[in-house]
Amino acid sequence: MPNIASTPETKGPARQAASSPSAGPPRHSRRRQEAASAWLFAAPGLALLGLFIAVPFTLALWWSMTNHRLISPLPTSFVGLENYTSILGGGDFWQALGNNVWFVAVVVPVQTAFALGLAVLVNGKLRGRVVFRTIYFLPVVTVMAASAVIWTLLYNPEGLINAVMKAFTFGAFAPDWLNDPRWALISVMIVSMWQGVGFQMIILLAALQDVPGELYEAAALDGAGAWDQFRNVTLPGIRNGLLFVITVTTVLAFRLFDQVWIMPQTPGGPLGATRTMILQMYETGFSKQQVGRGSAVAVIFFVIVLLITVVQRRVVREDGESS
Amino acid sequence: MRRPSATVVQYTIMSVLAVFFLFPLVYMVASSFKTNDAVLSGSGSWRAFLPTPFVGFDNYAAAFSRASFGRVFMNSLIISGGIVGLGLVVNSLLGYALARLRFAGRAVVVGVVIALMIIPFEALAVPLLAMMSSLGQLDTYQVQILPFIANPLFVYLFYTFFLGIPKSIEEAARIDGAGPGRTFVSVIAPLARPAYATMAILGFLFSWAQLLWPVMVTRGIDVRPLPLGIGTFKTTPPVLWGEIMAYAAMMTIPLLIIFLLFQRYFVAGVASSGVKG
Repeated sequence: MPNIASTPETKGPARQAASSPSAGPPRHSRRRQEAASAWLFAAPGLALLGLFIAVPFTLALWWSMTNHRLISPLPTSFVGLENYTSILGGGDFWQALGNNVWFVAVVVPVQTAFALGLAVLVNGKLRGRVVFRTIYFLPVVTVMAASAVIWTLLYNPEGLINAVMKAFTFGAFAPDWLNDPRWALISVMIVSMWQGVGFQMIILLAALQDVPGELYEAAALDGAGAWDQFRNVTLPGIRNGLLFVITVTTVLAFRLFDQVWIMPQTPGGPLGATRTMILQMYETGFSKQQVGRGSAVAVIFFVIVLLITVVQRRVVREDGESS
Repeated sequence: MRRPSATVVQYTIMSVLAVFFLFPLVYMVASSFKTNDAVLSGSGSWRAFLPTPFVGFDNYAAAFSRASFGRVFMNSLIISGGIVGLGLVVNSLLGYALARLRFAGRAVVVGVVIALMIIPFEALAVPLLAMMSSLGQLDTYQVQILPFIANPLFVYLFYTFFLGIPKSIEEAARIDGAGPGRTFVSVIAPLARPAYATMAILGFLFSWAQLLWPVMVTRGIDVRPLPLGIGTFKTTPPVLWGEIMAYAAMMTIPLLIIFLLFQRYFVAGVASSGVKG
């Protein structure tokens, strides 16, 4: 990342040299004029980023150590790490975190493999592959809230999914998906994968198309079969694309909210089976108006996302250094 | 002999997958033309995918009258339009300043913007709610637009795009006496059309789907956007699934049509989001 930031810097002198002989005002005043207009260009964006990201982020860190409430006659007071200890000492948080982790453990490998399979299928030379690619991508364009509502109806105990289940299992398997704590989160996982896999497919498809064709030809000349080619040419070739997809899917899994707010009878139900960290944060910071404690959940959530991102960057960099 | 059969197998797999991705959407449309009873009783068979017994557009009319679909749709248009329209200007200007204009502290600002990309909105929602609440801004359009105009991801998108434009193009404009403002408007922005298209599409997809923030900052129907609209309609008695599916169809189909028309740009935009990192 730092090298990107410094790129224009290294090109600076060359450009300065190129523009200095031009006619017009003296160089220093022209330069000051450019700096002035640069700040003018940057001002709206920087002001908004500061006001709506930097300020609330700083407030989250500060409020997470206070008893600040949304509406309260009492003044806010410093409570140290009390919010953190009470969150980490309560069962709700661990249930929520456990659900997020379970969601990641299932959805990340399954959805990534699924997306890769789809990308390979539509990457071929078959006629009509663009039509199939379009169809696989359609759920991405469907708003998650709408998808969640459609699937709620599909998961009805007497609904379409159970009709299919009954037909295949002769009536033996027909759970009440969203009202059974054993199946509720799995139901949410299925909707999430249905909705999200097309996005990952497109990213992996772009990665696949960047793998040079000569590598396959060389591998074929060496007598490598289709599977060997996939393992030794395709997978290393799309490594960074795969890492990106895995990271994004993991972060998205920790951000899980829409589905678990809309699909169950009560958000996070039944019996907390679909409770997630963000739902926990929403209930604490919004429903109970405990801004301090809700901010602490937000900070914990941010630390998790930060760790995931750092790990991904590190793995990508290792690859860049070894090759 | 082997190749044609492999092709048949591949087509079969691809068709089965197509059914998996399409059936909820077909089911939504079919159900939107049926009464609630017909939706529920027909769910157990293939009749679920037929719009019979057909009730015409009754459910659609009910979504307008019973759930104020028209109002909510307009709210979503205003909010997403505001976020995307203002975002295109603000993010591209900042991206250009960072990529091309010389000023003290530029490298630091670039680093800060990249660092901000890591912070997900969810980590900011609670303190932002408290800020907005104390400013008396709840239940407004601006509370749903302002926080999302400047987006570090899109600033970075424009920044990398502008870095890729050859400097000689700007030098020519400069020698003709154009200042940074004119150079940007008449030379740079037109060249950056692909970056603008990508941001417009991704920004629209993200903002159109938002649920968490509207749940926290809106109460009545006045400024409520579509995702929250369908979420509350689903639990407002009497729960009539034909009407709910009509609501879902009306919030989904316009986007599907836009997608089919501009598919090329969608796919390019999504693919480019994976290039970073």
